[in-house]
Amino acid sequence: MSALLAAEGLTKSFGGVRALDDCGFEVPEGSVAALIGPNGSGKTTAFNVITGYLPADSGRLAFRGRGVRRPDPCRLQRRGLARTFQQPRVFPGLSVLENVVLGRAQPWRALLRRRVPGADRRRAEDLLDEFGLAAHAETPAGRLSYGQRRLLEFASVLMAEPVLVLLDEPTAGINPIMIETMERHIRRRHAQGVTFLIVEHEMKFVMRLCDPVIVLDRGRPMGSPEIDWNFAKEQIGLHAPVVTLHPELEQLDVTDDA
Amino acid sequence: MTRFRPAGGIQALAFVVVLAVLPLLFGQHWVVSLLVFTVMYAGLAGSWNLLGGYAGYPALGHGAFFGIGAYAMTIGTTHLGVGGGYRPFLLVVPIAVGTAVVVLPIARLLLRTRAVAFAVLSITVMFMVQTLAYNIRGLTGGSQGIAVPLAPFAADTFERPFYYAMAVLLAVTVAVCWVVRTSKLGLALNAVRDDEDRARGLGVQTELVKLVAFSVSAGLTAAFGAVWAYYISYVFPGFAIDPLLSLGAILMAFLGGRRTLWGPVIGAALIVPAQQYFAYRYGASHLYLVAYAALFLLVIYLLPDGVIPSIVHRITRLRSSHRARARKDQILMEPALTPGERG
Repeated sequence: MSALLAAEGLTKSFGGVRALDDCGFEVPEGSVAALIGPNGSGKTTAFNVITGYLPADSGRLAFRGRGVRRPDPCRLQRRGLARTFQQPRVFPGLSVLENVVLGRAQPWRALLRRRVPGADRRRAEDLLDEFGLAAHAETPAGRLSYGQRRLLEFASVLMAEPVLVLLDEPTAGINPIMIETMERHIRRRHAQGVTFLIVEHEMKFVMRLCDPVIVLDRGRPMGSPEIDWNFAKEQIGLHAPVVTLHPELEQLDVTDDA
Repeated sequence: MTRFRPAGGIQALAFVVVLAVLPLLFGQHWVVSLLVFTVMYAGLAGSWNLLGGYAGYPALGHGAFFGIGAYAMTIGTTHLGVGGGYRPFLLVVPIAVGTAVVVLPIARLLLRTRAVAFAVLSITVMFMVQTLAYNIRGLTGGSQGIAVPLAPFAADTFERPFYYAMAVLLAVTVAVCWVVRTSKLGLALNAVRDDEDRARGLGVQTELVKLVAFSVSAGLTAAFGAVWAYYISYVFPGFAIDPLLSLGAILMAFLGGRRTLWGPVIGAALIVPAQQYFAYRYGASHLYLVAYAALFLLVIYLLPDGVIPSIVHRITRLRSSHRARARKDQILMEPALTPGERG
């Protein structure tokens, strides 16, 4: 598997704090990768730097085999990289349907075309149907519940049919049933060939779904294959039994010490 | 959503008919003059709304573009010798297009900022333009102002050509707003208003759509300034580039409903006559400015979304409560009916 996204030597400081410190990792094509680590270890900063929301102080980035000199959210999205945010972000004044329609990037020539053309509407309705939001299509997104907003945000980034989706804590603050729904959607898209990079604290979710798991600590990954999982476990308070996808982890004494 | 709705067509037709007929109903000069200003402010509020309402960028310096239009008109008629009569009206189109293009570099710079910083910078640009108008005496006459040759129209119906010029510009403004609202451009601008960063992440060309909104908004504002200068026939920096002008237009957009199509028109129709009345009664003491400020506070406090959304909201609530009551009545009626049926 080749790397769909490769980061090398990313560094980002906020004043005296090094949020990312010579951070490098790869997301293989077709994988569901996880980025985990304690609070303040630089996960969201890594997301922001990769997607162009924050300029890196130094480092290199490659997406789909080509270098990204100056990451820009708009251009990256057009190349197939989409993301969600830690706090779900929707356009509260727009209808749920319009929120999804916006996900499909338009060429500048299309600016004067109809606000919601028939083809976009049909595709958006299909997505809303899939995410169980069809009944709210005409509701302003600001009236949705927190969990529904998460689903809507996810649905809207899928509108553009991205190749890589970065999900920032997709299960934070939502109920267990919604977490299952979220997992189902991720698996389904993954089966269709979409690659994922997920920041997540819910370790059961990560261990069920993700491979590889990249552990960040103080702004840098803790060396992947020879990872000291016991140390990692200690570092991130990993209480869940780590099994399924990681044969190397089964060797370890990882029991629920909660 | 289909773009053309019959109800919208009827509204547009009614609007054009009312605009065309209004000055014919009134003979008094002061009434027609009031209509000229009402229509002008409706257009200014509408063109401000493109940037301030749809894109949510709190532009406070549209007086600059109004002034640029006004000075372009005076310079066209005095220095360039365009001629009198109806000819100066022909200048309006090149002035609007020219302003829309000239503001692009400034817009690009200003639009790098947001919210409060953008508001402050936009008003700063307005004062810079005003200072220029005071100082480039060769072109503007400086603080003495500059006179535009008086239009040679019949005294009885002197205001009408100006009224119709303003009315055509207002119709164009409303049409532009309608096109923007019903297009991808409008959707993109609304997304910018709600969450610009996220819009970028979804591939919305935020820079481009903001520039278009700024440029069109400035161009339309300049067009009104141009007609205004010919109507007033005397341009002075303090009047032509006036912070109150932008604030007035914004107040009207807020009052009517700044996210709606007709809000700015309704806001202007409510405020301009009131403003003229206050200026006439209390003009000497500047009390009308206090009334203006008080109205602004009331609108923000009581009708934050404006008149139209509040009325629509009220109607929907009345309807749903009516429906609920009807359902309740029906339920209560049913047992009463039963004996009758038996009998």
